Order: sequence, then C-alpha cells, then structure tokens
Amino acid sequence: MTPDLEMALAARDLPSSSLVPKAESSAHALSSTRASLVLWVEEITVSFDGFKALNDLTLTLDRGELRCIIGPNGAGKTTLMDVITGKTRPDHGAVYLENRLFDLTTMSECQIAALGIGRKFQRPTVFGGHTVFENCELALRGKKGAFSNLFSRMSKADRSRIDEVLETVGLSDRRGELAGSLAHGHKQWLEIGMLLAQDPKVLLVDEPVAGMNHAEMERTAQLLKRLAGERTVVVVEHDMEFIRQIARKVTVLHEGSVLAEGPMEKIQNDPRVIEVYLGA
Amino acid sequence: MLARVRQRLLEMHTTRAWAALLSAAALVLVVLPLSNGVMAPNSALHAPDYLVPLLGKFLCFGISALSVDIIWGFAGILSLGHGLFFALGGYAMGMYLMRSIAGEGVYRSVLPDFMVFLDWKSLPWYWRGFDSFPFAMMMALLGPGLLAFVFGYFAFRSKIKGVYFSIVTQALTYAAMLLFFQNSAGFGGNNGLTDFKHILGFPLHAATTRLGLYVVSGVTLLLAYLACRYITTSKFGRVLTAIRDAELKARFCGYESTNYKLFVWTFSAVLCALAGALYVPQVGIINPSEMQPSNSIEMAIWVAVGGRGSLAGAVLGAWLINGGKSWLTAAFPSAWLYVLGALFILVTLFLPKGIAGAWSQLMRKRRP
Amino acid sequence: MKRTSRRHAHHLWAVLIFVTIVAASVASEAKAGGPLEEVLRGLASPDGEVVERSLNELATLGDASVVAALEALCDDRLRAGPDGTIYYTAPRERTLRNALSGAVANPQPTGAREVEVNNQVRRQALPVLAQLKLRSPSESVRLAAAKELEERGSAETASLLRGALNVERIAKVRNAMAVALARLDLESTDPDRQLAGLVVARTLGTPSLQSDLKRLAAPTTTDERIRKGARQALDVIDSRQQWVDLIGALFHGLSLASILLLAALGLAVTFGLLGVINMAHGEMLMLGAYTTYAVQIAFERWFPGSIRFYLLAAVPLAFLTALFAGVVLEKTIIRFLYGRPLETLLATWGISLGLIQTVRLVFGAQNVAVANPDWLGGGAEIAEGLVLPYNRIAVILFAVVVTVAVWALLQRTRLGLQVRAVTQNRSMASCLGIATSRIDMWMFGLGSGIAGLGGVALSQIGNVGPELGQTYIIDSFMVVVLGGVGRLAGTIVASLGLGLLNKTLEPFAGAVLGKIVVLAFIILFIQRRPQGIFTLKGRIEV
Repeated sequence: MTPDLEMALAARDLPSSSLVPKAESSAHALSSTRASLVLWVEEITVSFDGFKALNDLTLTLDRGELRCIIGPNGAGKTTLMDVITGKTRPDHGAVYLENRLFDLTTMSECQIAALGIGRKFQRPTVFGGHTVFENCELALRGKKGAFSNLFSRMSKADRSRIDEVLETVGLSDRRGELAGSLAHGHKQWLEIGMLLAQDPKVLLVDEPVAGMNHAEMERTAQLLKRLAGERTVVVVEHDMEFIRQIARKVTVLHEGSVLAEGPMEKIQNDPRVIEVYLGA
Repeated sequence: MLARVRQRLLEMHTTRAWAALLSAAALVLVVLPLSNGVMAPNSALHAPDYLVPLLGKFLCFGISALSVDIIWGFAGILSLGHGLFFALGGYAMGMYLMRSIAGEGVYRSVLPDFMVFLDWKSLPWYWRGFDSFPFAMMMALLGPGLLAFVFGYFAFRSKIKGVYFSIVTQALTYAAMLLFFQNSAGFGGNNGLTDFKHILGFPLHAATTRLGLYVVSGVTLLLAYLACRYITTSKFGRVLTAIRDAELKARFCGYESTNYKLFVWTFSAVLCALAGALYVPQVGIINPSEMQPSNSIEMAIWVAVGGRGSLAGAVLGAWLINGGKSWLTAAFPSAWLYVLGALFILVTLFLPKGIAGAWSQLMRKRRP
Repeated sequence: MKRTSRRHAHHLWAVLIFVTIVAASVASEAKAGGPLEEVLRGLASPDGEVVERSLNELATLGDASVVAALEALCDDRLRAGPDGTIYYTAPRERTLRNALSGAVANPQPTGAREVEVNNQVRRQALPVLAQLKLRSPSESVRLAAAKELEERGSAETASLLRGALNVERIAKVRNAMAVALARLDLESTDPDRQLAGLVVARTLGTPSLQSDLKRLAAPTTTDERIRKGARQALDVIDSRQQWVDLIGALFHGLSLASILLLAALGLAVTFGLLGVINMAHGEMLMLGAYTTYAVQIAFERWFPGSIRFYLLAAVPLAFLTALFAGVVLEKTIIRFLYGRPLETLLATWGISLGLIQTVRLVFGAQNVAVANPDWLGGGAEIAEGLVLPYNRIAVILFAVVVTVAVWALLQRTRLGLQVRAVTQNRSMASCLGIATSRIDMWMFGLGSGIAGLGGVALSQIGNVGPELGQTYIIDSFMVVVLGGVGRLAGTIVASLGLGLLNKTLEPFAGAVLGKIVVLAFIILFIQRRPQGIFTLKGRIEV
C-alpha cells in the first residue's frame, strides 16, 4: 500500500486489512471521505448448511447516492438485504451505520428500522386487513412503543404527512379501501408510500418494478431518482432497462461477493461481468 | 380536552352503537334484579332464585370470552390454557372466602377444614394475608398476571407461534391441574375449596348478596368490554392486528412485536383471572378440574362461535353456548357432548368468522 | 456219657444253622427293604430317642430319596402300616404312597395310622432335610435348600454347607450356599469366621445380609477390622441396590416411552408430514385399546380354547379400525381444513368429544379389563431383586418393529417417496402427477393406524378407559414439538427422552413435579432451538 493510502485509511480509523485490495474498492475508498459514508458492510459471511450465500462481502454506501445492485440468481442480493435489515444473522462480519456507532448485526429488525433503514420487499407486503390510510399511519415515523401507542393521538402534522405521501404515490382517493383488495400495482405503490412515510435514511428496494407496465416503471424510476439525494437508495433489480434508467453506480454481486463496481458503461463492458451473466 | 374525549368515544362506537350498548347494559343490569329482588315471589314476573347465580356465571364467562378474544381475534394468539388464569383468580378469591370462615367450619378451627383433615398444624406461608379482601383481590390479579408475563416473555421471545404456542399453553394448564390435585399443595386437593359462607360480611346464600354479585359481575363485564374496545380502537390495536397479519412487516416498520404481544397477553390473563374471582362466590366452589384442558378449549369455542375479532360476538358466543349447555345437560345429558363436538366441527367448517362475522357479511351484502 | 455229648453237638449245630438262617433271612429282608427302609421305620417309633437316632442315621446315610418322606413327616403326612411299613400321602390326598419311591401302594394297606410328630421332631428333622436337599441331584432343590438354610441355619448346618459348597458346580447355587454360610459366619462370635463372612458379603452384595452387617457396623463392635469390613459391605449393597432401582426405573420408562413413541409416531406423520393438528389422535389410541378389548371378549365367547392367541388377531384389527377411522375423518372433515391448523385443532377436538362419548355409551364409563395372554405373564429375572416383566419387554420390541416398518415404508417404498415429495413441495408433487389428496388420505389413515397399534400395546401394560387418549395427547404433542417437524428421527429421540425423563424424575420429584420440570425443560429448549431437535433443512417457518 502507498503511504498516501495508508494515511487516508488512518484518517478514517479503518484497519488497513479490512479493505481487500481490489482495485475498484481502494479507489472508491480514496475518493470518499469518512463523513459521507452512510453504510458499511464489512466482510459479511452467511452460510446456510454449507452453502455460502455471502462470502466475505465488503461494500460501502455513500450518503445520498442511488446504488444499483445486480447479479445472477443466487448471487446473494436478497441475503445481503436480509443481513442489513436484521432478518438474517451473519456468521462473520459487521454492518456499520454512520460513524461506526451502530453494528446492525447485533440488533433486531425493529431496532434497525427505528434507526432509519427501510426496506421494500420483492412481493408487496402490506397489511391486508387495514385501509390504505391505516397502512401509512402504521408505517409513519414516530413513537413505536407499546405503551405510548395505547394513549397516542394522531397529530395534525401526522395527518398531513400521510396525505402528502398518499398524494405522492397516487392513492389519495383510495385511502379508505382495504389494502388487501388493491390491485398488484397499487399494492406496490402503497408499499412505496409506506416506505416514504417511514422516512428512512437508507432505502433498500428489492425488485421494485416486478410486474409493472412501462408507464408504472417510468413513474417508479422518477420517484427513486427524486428520493436519492436526501436519502440513500439501494435498488436490487433484474430488469436491465430499468437499471439503465436510474443507474449511477452499479455493484455486481457474484457467488456472495462483489465482482465489479462502477458506473453503468464500465460494468456493461467488463468482461468478467459478461462472462458471469452469459456463461463461459 | 372534552372534545378529545368525545372524539375518542366516537372512535370506539358510533352514537347508535353507544345507544345500543348502554340499553343492553341497562337491560342486563336492571331487569333481573328487579324481577328477582322486587317482584313478589308468587308473581308471574318473578325470576326464580337459581337464575341469579346462573346468569351471574354467564356474565363471568362473558368476561373470560373477552379475554380470549382480545388475544386470539386481535393478536392471533390462540391460548388453550386460559382456564388456568380463570382458576387461579378463582382460587385467590376462594382462599379469602375460606379464611373468612375461620372458626365456623366443621372442625371449628382457625385452619380450613381440609387442612385439619390432613393434620396440618399451621397455615402455610402462601395463605398468609388472604384474610384481607384487598390483598386477596390483588393476588387474584397479580399472581396470574405475573405467571402470564413470565411465560409470555419466554414464549414470545423465542418466537413460539401458532399451534406450538397453543399446545404449550395446554400443557401448562394440565401440569398446573396435576399440581393442584395434590393434597400436599395445600389448596384442598381434588375437593378444592368450598363451603363458603359469607363475603365481606354478607351471607353468600342471601338473595341480596347474590343479586349484588350479579350486578358487580355485570358492571365488570361492561367495564371490561369498554377497556377492550378502547384498546382495539387505539393505535395499539391497529398495530396489534398488523402484527397478527404480518408480523415481520410490522417489525420492519419498527414495532417491537414481542412487547405488544406481551402486554395484551398479560392484560388478557388478568382479565380472565378477574372473571374467575367473581365466578367463585357465585358458584360456591373452586377445584382443580377448572384447570382441565377441555375447559380452556371450550372457551376458545365460545369465541369461535360468537365471532373471533368481534368483542360483542365473543360475549354472545359465551352466552349462547353456556345457555345451550345448561339446558341440554338437564334435558338430554348424554347428548351435550355430541352437540358441543358438532358445534366445534360446524363452526370451523362453515362459520370461520363466527356468528358476528356472518352477520356483518350479511349486512354488507344488503348494503348496495 | 458219650451219647449226651453227641446230642449237645447236634443241638449246637442246629442252633448255629438256625441262627444263620434267621440271620440270613433277616439280612435278606433288610436288603429287600434296604437299610433306609429300616431306618425309616424308626421314625414311626413312639420313643423320641429312636426317632432322633433314625434322623441322624438318615443324615449320615445321605440318600436324597428319603426327602419326600421327611417332608411328609414334618407335614403330618407320614403313615405307618400295621406291619410298620412307612407310607406317606401327597398333600390333600388320601392315597398311601411308598415312602421311598412315591408310587401309590397297591394294594392300599388298611389300618395305617398317622405318625405323630411334635415340634421337637420337626426341629430335628428340618436340618436333616436341608442337608439332604443340599445334595439333591436337582439344581432347583439345592437352590431352595440353600435359601432355606440362610433363614433357618444353625451351627451344624455350617459344616453341611461347607461340605456342599466344595462339590457344588452351579454358580447360582454356589452363591446361595455362600450367602447362607456367610450369614451363619456373621452371626458367630469367632472373628475369623466373621471376617470370612464379610468377604462373601462384600463380594456378592446380597441385601439379605444387611441386618447382620448393620449390627456389626455399629460402634459397639470392638474389632476395628470387622466394623470397617461391615461398613464396606453395606456400601457395596447400597450401591448395588441403587443400580437395581435405577435400571428398574429406566426399564419402566423405556416401556412407557415405547407407547409414547407409537402415539407420537402417528402424530409425526399427520402433523409433521401433513401439517394437521389432530386433537382426536389420542382417541385413535383409545380405539386401538378398545378393539383389543373387544377381540378379547370375542375370543372368550367364541374361541375360548385359542384365547392365548387373541393378541395376534387384535393387532391387525386395531390397526385397521384406527386406520379406517382416520380415513373417514380425513375424507369428511380434515381435508377441508388444510392450511388452517388452528381450525383443524378445534374441529378435531369436537370429534374427540364425540368419540369419547360414543365409547362411554357403548362400553361404559369405567375402565375395562384387558388381560395379558399367558405367554406374556411373568418376567425375566436379570439380577437379584430386578425382574423385567415380559409384557413390557414385548411392548418395547413391538414399538421397535413398528418404527422400523414405518421408516422402511417412508424411505424404501414408492409410496414413501411420494409422501416425502408431497411434504416438501406439494404443488410440485402434484405437477409431477402424484395424487396428493389420496396421499393425504392414506397418510392420515396410517398415522391413525399407528396410534391404534399404540393402543394395543397400552392395553397390555396399562388401564383402558374412555379417557385414555386424553392423557397421551399432550405428551404426544410435546414429543412432536420437541423432536421437530418433518423428521422421524426427532420423534424417536424426543419420545425416548421424554419417557425416560418422566420416569427417572418420578422417584425423586413425584409424577406431577416431574411433568412440570419436563414442561419447563421443553419451553427452555425451544427457546434455544425453535425448530426442535431435528428438522428439515432450509428456511422453514415454525
């Protein structure tokens, strides 16, 4: 390692060994400063009965960026999200949020959600027995404790926030309908709305446009681009059209670790990526 | 401030529903005492004496039905061992009633009769304090509450769910029943506690005391209903049903589901214990068979028949089935179990939402 | 004068010849009856000394063929004919038998009188009897004699025992003789003999010597070696007794675990493979038990001669009855409730109520008596004080056979393959052409049938009443919860564990506390491993 790099690393309190000397990663590390990193996935390994879903994976996210994560099936994309949101405990490694104050791998799903990490699932998961309005109310950022919710009242600010969200996702006129009876596309939008209401710092979006038509895909792309900036958005998708619409920086996963990372053109022309997607 | 209260009350019931509720309550609380207490004994409008404790019993069952409904219908937790909490509340009250007849028993001893019979020389430490009514009532609620809390803490934390949870609650009440059957446990063995004579100074067999207990049970039922209604119409209630429908999603929204479940589970246990405590002076006995698994399963069926997820439905279910039971066991005793069994089968096959659910479905169909 | 001396000589010869003839005839007569016969006659003498001498003579002669006669003597069954011949009668009979051969005397002599016996005679006769029995050619007689001498030995018998011990070859009898000898030695005052007795006590660890040992271990014993030796021997006996108790409890637990295994195996099939909570499963056990009862009754009424084989008919009948009940249940009710476990639970509870009530109405509410066939009675004596009943051994073996059969069915047959496919991925299996609804039906029937077999086993070692299913249903579910879903191995391990745990805890904590401890253990275990001991690999929601 060059002295400059060492100094830069020292400034960030990083142990020098933690960065695998892949050319892209160290370049990336140099170009970012400590304050702009919002999520730090460090050497995560997850194995299910011998099968390594994630293999020593290291990845960082800058504040406010819009990152796309792609890769063939079984590359570990969903498992990565499971680890970050606390659904799966890794065998090794840690996930740090901002300033390395919190190691997410030691926390429960609700604690992580309360810290500001939001997730949208592959299949739309909404609360079918509740109305659209109530779904947003439940997701709304605020006190989530049992006792406080026994006596809480919805404030005007809360109400207007929900109205705003419903406006954004175009479900204002359906606010009284039961979420379970919505069409598939509307359910996706409701879930996005719930995510907005949650107001997370980091949004993990798992295959947002599955089952959407072209127009809906367009709308989703616009929304995600707009969200990035104040928030950090991570999108996992298969649909290359959609990725091209929104991608700034792309990370390619393969067999549980990062294969390549960089802007879309570079990735598209990377021979390793082509090999992995098309086969040798 | 008043506006907020009014708004909250409206969230609980519409004005019409309030009217219906209060009239029903008035009916229940006023008619029987009038008919039994005021009307002359030979009048056609006079309700027979045996009806008072019988209907009082039904009121207590209504409370326990509410307790089962609030965790099953709203939190998705089916407990098949709630009879344990009911019985523990009953035992606490029974212990007070036993202590209050010190010196009046068959053996004329300070100790309860069964202890004299077992040749015990002094009161066990866990009977101390039960000569005081407030203490006994506190223990009736605290004991089962604490047990429920500890059990729930371990169960919900380890994510025991669904049928596994139900089976473990069955085992819990079964084990407790075996324990209480032992004479050495000090609760009267398989005879339990009985031969009560008075409560708070009032003779238990007097008609006025019976009516008093009836009215107290009725008022408690009303309050319990309102408390449950409050919970289910609050944000807490909405979170609870969200946890019931999609626990993982609720957790991802930031709600610690274990806390919610634990709270409502403990509340439910305390409510059921309260029902048991009111039940015992009206039937005059408490014994371990109250803890047998089949009792708890029957409670679940009251709620299933009446309407899981509907509070009023649960109470109705309890009344319907117990009414049927009282009649059948007198008229055709060997048929009752067949009827009950058939009820179980028919309700689960054809009326998954119970009578209340079928009713509201009907109402929705009629509306254009 | 010469003529008188010749006449004297003649007389002398005559006397000599006469004496010889008499002597010869007496001798030959004695040979005909034997010296034993002669001595036996002495037993009928009114003179106590003669009797005593006869007894001693018999002891010296050491011929075991007089044992029957001596026993008859002590039992007031000895008879003497008018000519002095000794006979005896068999207990509760009146026919006179030959004293030595035991053959019925032909013709039956008349005028035989009872030989009077007093306690003194008895006291003298018994050791002789014992001594003779010690040398009997029959092993069981020698064993019985040794045991008897342990109870009622005396100083003389010590030497008898020593002599017998020298020639005894069978280990079991040797041990019994050694114990009897040791008893006498311990009771003696000679320290050397006491020490010898202690060695035997320590080696064999026989509980019957405990009282003597306790006496010698008391502080009043002056000899240090003896006191210590007695203490040691007592320790040996104690630890041996603990082992015996433990093994007995374990065996008991094993037999109960076998029944639990059969009950839980059936449940593992219906719940583990089909996801159905069947609260009427216990009633399948009950049906099996009552079928056994009905078969027993049928045999009593119509085939009384073959009653010992009723089990052979009961086993398949119970299996088929329970299987049939299960299939009917599945086709009419269960199939509409798949995917709704809580509803299934409640519906099947209702069914169980109906089944119990029906059995109550048909057979009565009381327990019914199901008897073991004669070849299952008794037990195997493994060690002193430890008897393993045959019926429990049979139950254990039966459970093993059934388990192996079920395993074979699931792992080695085509049907089993289809069942496993349906369990893992129902829709996929259906796409492959497997008739999933028929598989469901047969599996439910099989699970119920296995429980029926459990009921047969239960009828042999426990009580049979209408509510018998209720006591097993909770335990069975505990087994399935503990053992995990989808794997038979888990069910086996869990039921063995629970059955044994229950039984080993019982002597310490009582049945109730034992159950509570087991329950607490299960709840805590589930905490650490919510999926049970074994479970299907992968991401399965519990």
